[in-house]
Amino acid sequence: MNAPVIGQPIKRKEDYRFLTGSGMYTDDVTLPGQTYAYFVRSPHAHATIRSIDVSKARAAPGVIAIFTGDDLARAKVGGLPCGWLITDVNGQPMKEPPHPPLAQGKVRYVGDHVAVVIAETLNQAKDAAELVDVDYATLPAVVNAGDARKPGAAVLHDIAPDNTCYVWALGDKAAVDRAFAGADHVTTLEFTNNRLIPNAIEPRAAVAQYSRGDDAYTLYVANQNPHVERLLMTAFVLGLPEHKVRVIAPDVGGGFGSKIYLYAEETVITWAAKQTGRPIKWTAERSESFLSDAHGRDHLTKAELALDKNGTFLAMRVITTANMGAYLSTFASCIPTILYATLLAGQYTTPAIYCQVTAVFTNTAPVDAYRGAGRPEATYVVERLVDTAARETGIDRAEIRRRNFITQFPYQTPVALLYDTGNYEATLAEAMKLADVAGFEARRKQAEDRGKLRGLGYSTYIEACGLAPSNVAGSLGGRAGLFEAGEVRVHPTGTVTVFTGSHSHGQGHETTFAQVVADRLGMPVENIDIVHGDTGRILFGMGTYGSRSIAVGGTAIVKALDKIVAKGRKIAAHMLEAAEADIEFDRGNFKVAGTDKSVTIGQVAFAAYVPHNYPLDKLEPGLNESAFYDPTNFTFPAGSHLCEVEIDPETGQTRIVNFTAVDDFGKIINPMIVEGQVHGGLAQGIGQALLEACVYDPESGQLLTGTYMDYALPRADDLPSFRVATKETPCTHNPLGVKGCGEAGAIGAPAAVINAIIDALAPLGVRDIEMPATAERVWRAMQNTRELKKAA
Amino acid sequence: MEMTGEQLIPLPQEATWRALNDTAILKVCIPGCETIEQVSDTEYQLTMTAKVGPVSAKFKGKMTLSEVDVPHSYTLVFEGQGGVAGFAKGQANVRLTPESEATKLGYTVKAMVGGKLAQVGSRLIDGVARKIAEQFFSAFNKHVTGTAAGSAAGE
Repeated sequence: MNAPVIGQPIKRKEDYRFLTGSGMYTDDVTLPGQTYAYFVRSPHAHATIRSIDVSKARAAPGVIAIFTGDDLARAKVGGLPCGWLITDVNGQPMKEPPHPPLAQGKVRYVGDHVAVVIAETLNQAKDAAELVDVDYATLPAVVNAGDARKPGAAVLHDIAPDNTCYVWALGDKAAVDRAFAGADHVTTLEFTNNRLIPNAIEPRAAVAQYSRGDDAYTLYVANQNPHVERLLMTAFVLGLPEHKVRVIAPDVGGGFGSKIYLYAEETVITWAAKQTGRPIKWTAERSESFLSDAHGRDHLTKAELALDKNGTFLAMRVITTANMGAYLSTFASCIPTILYATLLAGQYTTPAIYCQVTAVFTNTAPVDAYRGAGRPEATYVVERLVDTAARETGIDRAEIRRRNFITQFPYQTPVALLYDTGNYEATLAEAMKLADVAGFEARRKQAEDRGKLRGLGYSTYIEACGLAPSNVAGSLGGRAGLFEAGEVRVHPTGTVTVFTGSHSHGQGHETTFAQVVADRLGMPVENIDIVHGDTGRILFGMGTYGSRSIAVGGTAIVKALDKIVAKGRKIAAHMLEAAEADIEFDRGNFKVAGTDKSVTIGQVAFAAYVPHNYPLDKLEPGLNESAFYDPTNFTFPAGSHLCEVEIDPETGQTRIVNFTAVDDFGKIINPMIVEGQVHGGLAQGIGQALLEACVYDPESGQLLTGTYMDYALPRADDLPSFRVATKETPCTHNPLGVKGCGEAGAIGAPAAVINAIIDALAPLGVRDIEMPATAERVWRAMQNTRELKKAA
Repeated sequence: MEMTGEQLIPLPQEATWRALNDTAILKVCIPGCETIEQVSDTEYQLTMTAKVGPVSAKFKGKMTLSEVDVPHSYTLVFEGQGGVAGFAKGQANVRLTPESEATKLGYTVKAMVGGKLAQVGSRLIDGVARKIAEQFFSAFNKHVTGTAAGSAAGE
């Protein structure tokens, strides 16, 4: 097998089982003696629990046990931890309120966990849950980030009497202030980055089992990082020895960030599995997912850009309030800080940037990373500012970008990141060609003749992926390492099993990683299986998020492959009676340089396991190697997204007529999978821009968008056929030259869509519009400017 | 949720007032009402089943009368717990004025729902409330007159 494998659009190996219903998801796991858990949740956004009477429920048919917060407190079960410490501008650590898995004394959002009912059947658990009598004394609620710090606002946690988790800042404020004072032009925008609900196809689920025989637990859970789940649960919450807990994340049907975290449900049932002596299953209903999966985004921002008379960016000032929800989810604190403010340089040479972020608690579901995680919010700030500045200064929108693009690499931004490589002009030029920008004015004119408004929007984004150098993360408050582990097992007959800490829940790792191994070892993809998602089988893993799998997890595998080849070379030297230095490895064959003597890797593997003729005095048998890889820098995927919309001025309905994405993900392993990832990301980014909004009633704190009737996910007919292409500037600091592609679509798209809508509406005098730009909002924006014009 | 409406009750004002305070009549006329019990001069406890879209729940609740001005007006504060379906609470202001032989009944209802009812039912709640009101008055008029002669003039 000699054809190159890297760069080939090989069909996904995993799709056969997904498409034929032979996947094994958590809810498919059924254990002997299994029981079912149902959680009693708060119907109130904020209330004191006066009492909980479980006596009737306990007597209901089929009930095995009922636990409340008091039971957990008595058993000394800890609170759910936050994995990232942010230090306040006053030098104090952020406020970390207790996050009990079952509420103690108070509930703080609709959906907060109050009690768990465990019964023989799910229906018995649900029926008994009806009988749990909770006496609540309701309290006023605060919902919007902008209201949380107002005097008189409801207070969620005693340790944060002003509902403030932290006030954090990055950048040289004095330099920024000086630059603004001397600027020729300042562009200012204020906007909301709308709260989103993740909506993976598979809801969260868990099955927990305790084995009395060996005092050990097994937890099946729909999760993106089983080792992290195990570490957090054992060390911080349940106080269990880590080696007695096996966490398996089998097939997982989408995560988008929402399955990174340690949640109350799996923690409670793992604990309860020992109490009851029975395996326990919990699968979220869709309503529970809406209520209790960690949400995304939810920022209020005032952003300013200072320019000189040539349109050169001088400085940027960004003041953001970020909604944390009622408690700190696992990585909540680092999303609007470390993964947001550091990206505000975008693709530009803005020399001075200052960002201040105030994180607040509200009576809403916890907010954490959601596809893009901080970077879509940053891109939206930068790209809306740049577009608006172009409009205000009369400079062409592509030209103002080109004038400010970073062109020299490596480039140290004023917000802590060191970009290793990129070619922003090339991606923009390619995108403009693909999108036929030259023909846009003609298309706009044609649309006008049909009574439609047409607009073109740019978004030239950057993201920091491949999270992350552990020492950098640690210096910024990270409480975990961010390396990855990989193990390559070459079996005696020459087939290969790879064990990776990168979990796959839709990304296609089983194919992409197999291509990397096939390329390095020179064997067919079919001979390679990728195993992931099981702490019992895999060395260790930090999991899948931040588009890190190929850059970090893939590199760990490459490092292990290097060790396989190095050992294979030694074995081959012995077999071929040559010096090790003379052995070359090429596409599956170990050769003596300059001769036709060679052995295949299969022969080497066989010799390693049947070491009859083998240098046992110098070399261990077997061909199994592992590696941990800690990256030296982030990777910096970047691209140009161009959106073209047509708006019906009578209804405000926006139709995306073209969407072009040219992305630089470094080297591409499987272009078909990359394209799929881009498509999915774009759909979610367009969803945020046009359709999706999580809405709580501002007074009662009730979730008003708790179904698909009210929360509008994008559907196929909301999306155009995407024009997608890539430019490759290989990453300079990992052996594959890869950067990661999972989040790009969701990062670049929202600003491109809104910039396109503003381009269409600008002739009417519309300068800004909030996301999601629904037909109603667009129509109102047009009406408002018409009325303002009439009044003038 | 806010709802205002007017109904013409084919009874004189005093009789209308009495009927509105008669638990036996209320039990028959409130849609889904299973029990209603007067526990004090101003307090009632009741259980009723209501359906909001896909959510059907049995509510246990209480109603409290205040600002009673016999036979002209009163305020009714209500609160019902529907278990895992959530809760409903609110108040109704009711005014009676004579209109020839009959009585004009004007009402303003403010209500909110919580929990699953709010999640899946917010957009439906206005329609459900209006329907419950219509059913109540239609049954009420029918009951007090013994005929189906009641006229509905709800807003």
